[in-house]
Amino acid sequence: MPEMNLLEAIRQGLDEAMAADARVFIFGEDVGKRGGVFRVTEGLYDKYGPMRVIDSPLAESVIVGACIGAAMNDTLPIAEIQFADFIAPAFNQIVQEAARIHYRSNGDWEVPLVIRVPYGGGIHGALYHSQSVEAFFAHVPGLKVVTPSTPYDAKGLLKSAIEDPNPVLFLEHKKTYRLIKGFVPEEDYRVPIGPADIKRPGEDISVFAYGLMLHYCLEAAQMLAAEGVSVEVVDLRTLRPLDTETILASVRRTGKALIVHEDNLFGGFGGEVAAIIAEHAFEYLDGPVMRVGGPDVPAMPFAHSLEAAFMPSPASIAAAMRRLAAY
Amino acid sequence: MTVSINEVSASPGFGHDLPPHTLRDMLRYMMLARALDERMWVLNRAGKAPFVISCQGHEAAQVGAAFALSRGKDFVLPYYRGLATVLVMGMTPTEVMLGLFARATDPSSGGRQMPAHYGCRRLKIVTQSSPVGTQIAHAAGIGLAEKIKGGDAVAWVSFGEGTTSQGDFHEALNLAAVHRLPVIFQCENNEYAISVHQRQQMAVASVADRGPAYGIPGISVDGTDVLAVYEVTRRAVERARRGDGPTLIEARVVRMTAHSSDDNDRTYRPPHEIALVRHQDPIVRFVAQLREHGILSEAEEQEMRAEVAAIVDRATEEAERAPMPEPETLYDHVYAPARPRR
Repeated sequence: MPEMNLLEAIRQGLDEAMAADARVFIFGEDVGKRGGVFRVTEGLYDKYGPMRVIDSPLAESVIVGACIGAAMNDTLPIAEIQFADFIAPAFNQIVQEAARIHYRSNGDWEVPLVIRVPYGGGIHGALYHSQSVEAFFAHVPGLKVVTPSTPYDAKGLLKSAIEDPNPVLFLEHKKTYRLIKGFVPEEDYRVPIGPADIKRPGEDISVFAYGLMLHYCLEAAQMLAAEGVSVEVVDLRTLRPLDTETILASVRRTGKALIVHEDNLFGGFGGEVAAIIAEHAFEYLDGPVMRVGGPDVPAMPFAHSLEAAFMPSPASIAAAMRRLAAY
Repeated sequence: MTVSINEVSASPGFGHDLPPHTLRDMLRYMMLARALDERMWVLNRAGKAPFVISCQGHEAAQVGAAFALSRGKDFVLPYYRGLATVLVMGMTPTEVMLGLFARATDPSSGGRQMPAHYGCRRLKIVTQSSPVGTQIAHAAGIGLAEKIKGGDAVAWVSFGEGTTSQGDFHEALNLAAVHRLPVIFQCENNEYAISVHQRQQMAVASVADRGPAYGIPGISVDGTDVLAVYEVTRRAVERARRGDGPTLIEARVVRMTAHSSDDNDRTYRPPHEIALVRHQDPIVRFVAQLREHGILSEAEEQEMRAEVAAIVDRATEEAERAPMPEPETLYDHVYAPARPRR
């Protein structure tokens, strides 16, 4: 089983999906000859040609809008938004159109569309190349939101997303692209959209995370283990639909819950997880439901000192774990 | 390139060689759209239909264009004034009325959307929303997919002149032009976006003037002349099917009603203009043309009007009798079910 980084796993997933189904095509800025600004689509233009790996004009609304139309004309488009920070012009097409077309047509039309979106910070991207956008989109019924954190999950979830008859926002944390390596089987496989995955079983506290923060939580859990605290780390993997069963089962076992994300806290995705736990596992709780997230400032600054102050870290997460474990 | 109506009409022979029965069919659809539309207003004022938005004055632009398309093959993405468009593409008067009454069997949305948000996959009428202009991007994408697949269907999309201020108009025209996509962009310019006149919407005299800026033909045509619209659309469709790319058509029409049943256009439109619009009725014009060329007798016209009135009566009765959606269906179709891999 070959080892590869998360970026290579996504590229391999794209390649295999395009080889398996001629309806699949890629549409986005610089995805062609350049192979994407992160090199995710590198080599695909040469292999599949300019009709299936298409450089779009620099216009996010029509990147998504045209892919919606294409999806309604018997193709399987994969749109790439170059950075999550640039997705706002496409918000109308994603939320009002892609997410609502099946519902508003009473099931008559479908939009089998994948929107790949590199997101997240810690890479010196400053305000407009570091943002996390999941909370905006996880709010929207009709849209699926996927946030893989390992190469295996990324490839398996990508294939599921391409085969899904619904619009799927596929959020790829930029810092995990080359940082996170893992084994990816050579045979064809899928990771289903929906189920969370317990990446580290534990008994004392439950921690819920996704993307880069999942890895920081695993590091923090390792620190806590040395201190005699057993931390369960649950990778949410899919934010919509959300695997509430796995979340609640874990909290009912440990009695303590911490949610970690890089996005700022106010109105963030952690609030929804906390509410679900409070509503359905209240009598099992031995402490407050806690959250660690980015600070409530407009976005992540460029200077290293400021960026570091923004990002949750294994140390800051470990500190929260200790506070929670002490209850 | 802005083509004047005189150039278009230079084609040999009245009716561009369309047979008389086709010309009468065009008129029948225009009359049917008008009669349905008028009935909707009556139902609205009688408290039976909460909302009406009209195609009155746009019938020639829509019927002329739709007759140049291949029904069941080409995609249409009409906006909310597209009643005549969807009738020609195959939606029945009863189906239209089911939408007005928000009945469970409304083919557009099962009573979920406001009236006039048409859609039907079988007829390739693409579902539409209320934020204007989004459908223009979809049309470009349908054209892109068609090019990828190597097919020769075209996407025809309509919108008002106010919508040309939206970014999606620009982004979609640009994309379609760059890739020479088989798309026909029809702007139905009735000079008003609710209450805002074209003068405050754009600094150009004609929406068609924008075509050359994208590297595509922009054609302005009298949208109250059904045959002129038919001819320019026919040429645009030919061009698109040949792989020569998109065309922007401005059909200059009149809005014979207020924006919608919730609007009062007397608050912003001068009285003489409202009176003048009545004299620019595309149906009156086409009837006169057909009479002049001996294609329609007075008896035939009366027969057609009676036939259309009976169809509207029947459609209204059938739709009113149809059941409302069950409350528990609120949760249906949030997500499409997984399909077998192919």
